[in-house]
Amino acid sequence: MGRNPVTWLGSPTFPRAARTALGDTQLRTNLRKATTTIRAKRARAVAELADWERLRRAGEAIKNDVLANLDTYLVRLEEAVTARGGVVHWARDAEEANRIVFDLARAKGADEVVKVKSMATAEIGLNEYLRARGVRPVETDLAELIVQLGNDRPSHILVPAIHRNRSEIKEIFSRAMAEPPDSDDPRVLAEAARRHLRRRFLSAKVAVSGANFAVADTGSVVVVESEGNGRMCLTLPETLITVMGIEKLVPTWRDLEVFLQLLPRSSTAERMNPYTSVWTGVTPGDGPGEFHLVLLDNGRTATLADEVGRQALRCIRCSACLNVCPVYERTGGQAYGSVYPGPIGAILAPQLAGDMTDKQAASLPYASSLCGACYEVCPVRINIPEALTHLRARAVEARPKHTAEALAMSSAGWVFRDPRRYEAAQRAGSLSRFLAGSDGTIKRLPWPGSKWTSTRDVPAVPKESFRMWWRRNRG
Amino acid sequence: MDSARSDILARIRAVPRRQPAPVPRDYDTARSVEDPVGLFVERVEDYRAVVRRVSEDELPQRIGDCLARRGVSNMVAPPDLPESWRWAGTRWSLDEPPLSLSEVDSADGVLTGAAVAIAETGTIVLDAGARQGRRMLTLVPDYHLCVVRADQIEVSVPEALRRLDPTRPLTFVSGPSATSDIELDRVEGVHGPRTLEVLVVDI
Ligand code: SF4
Repeated sequence: MGRNPVTWLGSPTFPRAARTALGDTQLRTNLRKATTTIRAKRARAVAELADWERLRRAGEAIKNDVLANLDTYLVRLEEAVTARGGVVHWARDAEEANRIVFDLARAKGADEVVKVKSMATAEIGLNEYLRARGVRPVETDLAELIVQLGNDRPSHILVPAIHRNRSEIKEIFSRAMAEPPDSDDPRVLAEAARRHLRRRFLSAKVAVSGANFAVADTGSVVVVESEGNGRMCLTLPETLITVMGIEKLVPTWRDLEVFLQLLPRSSTAERMNPYTSVWTGVTPGDGPGEFHLVLLDNGRTATLADEVGRQALRCIRCSACLNVCPVYERTGGQAYGSVYPGPIGAILAPQLAGDMTDKQAASLPYASSLCGACYEVCPVRINIPEALTHLRARAVEARPKHTAEALAMSSAGWVFRDPRRYEAAQRAGSLSRFLAGSDGTIKRLPWPGSKWTSTRDVPAVPKESFRMWWRRNRG
Repeated sequence: MDSARSDILARIRAVPRRQPAPVPRDYDTARSVEDPVGLFVERVEDYRAVVRRVSEDELPQRIGDCLARRGVSNMVAPPDLPESWRWAGTRWSLDEPPLSLSEVDSADGVLTGAAVAIAETGTIVLDAGARQGRRMLTLVPDYHLCVVRADQIEVSVPEALRRLDPTRPLTFVSGPSATSDIELDRVEGVHGPRTLEVLVVDI
């Protein structure tokens, strides 16, 4: 098995990438505006529903049920999709999933496939795989198109081109389009994208999508979007291939009543996104005549096996946690060096990559201040701080055992593993100020901290922990 | 591949499991509001879609007003669209036999009914049933005029889902096609219809 492409090859560790990103003022301005805007809108959208907390608990419980009975539900989904004329494929890893999609596209004689924005296909590096074999993948989501035409990487789950401003986008379009836009007005740019893609939608033979949800009982697949490019891909081409992580199931149709309320309000802060499409197998005379569903493992079963880490599989990719994260707001998504940025990326990407000896992956659980804001907004109540501290401990355990630092850190790992212990330690840490010299650093800590201070100075813990500061200022 | 299937299932089954607590369903599965129709109208307007309330009798005339205002001359429609809805000032192409993609693409707009609507979210749900036609019809033309009957409006998402058959191809429409991908400026219409007009028929 090759390297799992969920983290980008050659990316620097998070602290190094973050330092570079912090120097980019344009990026920080764009991000700040974006996250502040979405944060405020989201709070309003959520406040409208008096039963929001109960919906969150239901969402959490439904996903826990899915994870506990994943085998049963997957088999049920397979039966239902097959009964309605769809074909189900299983893929252990990225390579296997890519090959299935490529073989299907080639069997249709397609040298181009239109794509709906999808985290799963980004995670497996499908575009690169297809391109290397002579099939052109065309991203049809406006932001993804900007990223693709700019030979760039996405920086946000929801608004992948948030790091680009209008004049940059105009330039990217002008270089790549037959009919370049004549102004940088967003309206004109969107119109240029519409013209650029329309011909492709009308002529594409094969489309590739992800899925937001699939209903085990009925075999129905759900895609949530705004622009209509999703509907184009799901409706017009003769063949539709959907690549879906095995955790994206819900047991019954009824369960969607929970997620169709949680997702749009958490994500785009709308009461409902402009378009949601639901299809079950094939419907003769309406939409694709052929439907393939690829069920993707790619590190998910390994993640499932980790009792603390598995909660990351509840994620519905709403990106609410990105927009509240003080670290993300300053570094942007690309610093995470992975398809999944922000707090969820910090816990999901290293688990899917499945290699804690990889320095970059192992640095991700440290990309956080543990302020807890992500946990508070998460519509499925993923305790991200808990998972972060747990994964920090795992990262430490994966390091070579004999270094002094590893020894000290593995006891630090015990503290990090539990947010309550961590906060207690931080409060106790304020005591350490008394131990600090006049330059504010502590020269020696008692064992096991001494193992660490023997190689470096430790900055004294500030009076107020970051978590406390955050709660006071933002919470 | 068969071995992939059995491998994945085996990996899942190797994980020790406890059955989690039952799903708490104490969230609202129905909500009552004083004026669901009024709420629906208000919420659709929030998406900057045009929405008007009309009576059954005046519906044909109002359809005509909408089309005239837009200067539309060439509309597509599902085959079972009521005769009286087909305003005489416009050329109508019914989707029977099925229109070609380029015929649908060259139309100015489409007129349909709906299956269900959701007041709280300002959503129209199409299920390819009566007066709605194939999904393509409401997707490709740039203008969608949609007739919703007041008795099709449910207040909340759970109430609406209960009325739908998940095995039909469903499209939930909440306002016109929109994007906020460029500096978070909302722009209507990228690929789907840029203009959505809704006529709510009071009953
Ligand atoms: S972790 Fe929670 S808040 Fe973050 S993207 Fe996933 S569901 Fe949304």
